[in-house]
Amino acid sequence: MIEVVDLHKYFGKLQVLKGVNTNIKKQEVVCVIGASGSGKSTFLRCLNLLEEPTSGEIIIDGIPLVEQRKDINRLRQKVGMVFQQFNLFPHMTVMENITLAPMKLKGMSKTEAYETARDLLNKVGLPDKDNEYPNRLSGGQKQRVAIARALAMDPEVMLFDEPTSALDPEMVGEVLNVMKQLANEGMTMVVVTHEMGFAKEVGDRIMFMDEGIIYEEGTPQELFNNPRRERTKEFLGKVL
Amino acid sequence: MDSVIKSLSDAIYYNLIREQRYMQFIQGLGISLQLTLYAAILGTVIGLFLALAKLGRIKWLEGLATLYVDVIRGTPAVVQLVLIYYAILGSSNLPKIVVASVAFGINSGAYVCELIRAGILAVDRGQMEAARSLGFSYSHSMIYIIIPQAIKNILPALANEFIVLLKETAIAGYIALDDLTRAGNIVRGRTFDAYTPFIVVALIYLYITTMLTWLLNKLEGRLRESD
Ligand SMILES: Nc1ncnc2c1ncn2[C@@H]1O[C@H](COP(=O)(O)OP(=O)(O)OP(=O)(O)O)[C@@H](O)[C@H]1O
Ligand SMILES: [Mg+2]
Repeated sequence: MIEVVDLHKYFGKLQVLKGVNTNIKKQEVVCVIGASGSGKSTFLRCLNLLEEPTSGEIIIDGIPLVEQRKDINRLRQKVGMVFQQFNLFPHMTVMENITLAPMKLKGMSKTEAYETARDLLNKVGLPDKDNEYPNRLSGGQKQRVAIARALAMDPEVMLFDEPTSALDPEMVGEVLNVMKQLANEGMTMVVVTHEMGFAKEVGDRIMFMDEGIIYEEGTPQELFNNPRRERTKEFLGKVL
Repeated sequence: MDSVIKSLSDAIYYNLIREQRYMQFIQGLGISLQLTLYAAILGTVIGLFLALAKLGRIKWLEGLATLYVDVIRGTPAVVQLVLIYYAILGSSNLPKIVVASVAFGINSGAYVCELIRAGILAVDRGQMEAARSLGFSYSHSMIYIIIPQAIKNILPALANEFIVLLKETAIAGYIALDDLTRAGNIVRGRTFDAYTPFIVVALIYLYITTMLTWLLNKLEGRLRESD
């Protein structure tokens, strides 16, 4: 459903992506791992055009990049994103955070949007937080609300950029569980993560990025147990 | 002791009571407050447009706004006032208060622009990214997400700017507008008392700015509460 061909990205003179090629299938869960600065976030952010690719092609649902650029907001409605820093809207309640986009962008009625939001809050395990403001929530709760907010647009893919890196250790599990459940329901997911346990258990495919390319990829089995290339081994040696 | 009281009561009598001179001050204050109010409204409107122009992505508009702000902030307000009065608006028969309001509004706009811009830039970058990633356009992201948060940063700074503006209007006498400061001048011309009229003027300014600052602090408290 997402096809990436020879994706390059420069920030000024700094070349961050040096030709990324991959194909993400429907319902696939792809976990992206790699050292800091290897271009994981940049790659992810190119997928919903939060970063403008310098060259290369990204085809989503058969629609090429040129077409997507013409209707960037429509594209982003199909691609949900969850950030490391949650980025909830602090001036809105949890309910308003979740319902704003479906109501304004999809023309959903308030009743319908609120109903959907309640279902989503149940799903992420926060049924009674609808009237709280974000600053009254713990990090784990915030991130689960952020996931619910992205899901409210009924996206076809969900992108996660280190969703648990800003959390206290005791809250990592609750967020990973929600993501696991989402994966089990068949959501297509691209997850940048340092949680190797999660990647091993939930990932269909592990992508190891190094210096702006996909250096090695494979099933969790292949990559974690039998890495073939030098840098992969080195990296896994450090993190496992 | 007696002589001190005597000279004090004399000063009050000559500078305030005689020929109802207190009316000069009251009318002057009225003009100063009106001028500040009109200039504040005009300044806010101009500042808002300048800030949007500076933040927007239309290059020539941004350049124009930058030039405006630089010129206004780089030259004395008195000079701007006099130039606007004589060169631009003096030829028409507009009342002086209107001319002065326009001049101070144009001046204040540059400062308001920077306040608004700073307030918007102070909103975390992640907010815009989150809004865009949900599918909101740039302008909708601004309207629903960024500006409501920026207002909390902007309002106190804006209120403060208007307190400063009230004091800045003291130069309106340069175009012979009878504001509070000029009232002091006029009375001094009659009584030949160098101090008292301006002490009165100073006390009135101080009283008004203290009141406004007190209100401002309450406003800030309210805004903080809602966080
Ligand atoms: N907006 C930007 N402007 C300039 N340079 C950037 C920008 N965003 C990222 N970079 C640079 O691009 C490189 C790759 O960054 P990226 O965030 O993609 O790495 P990452 O793999 O996600 O790292 P981390 O694990 O630390 O999040 C880094 O050197 C970073 O400094
Ligand atoms: Mg990153």
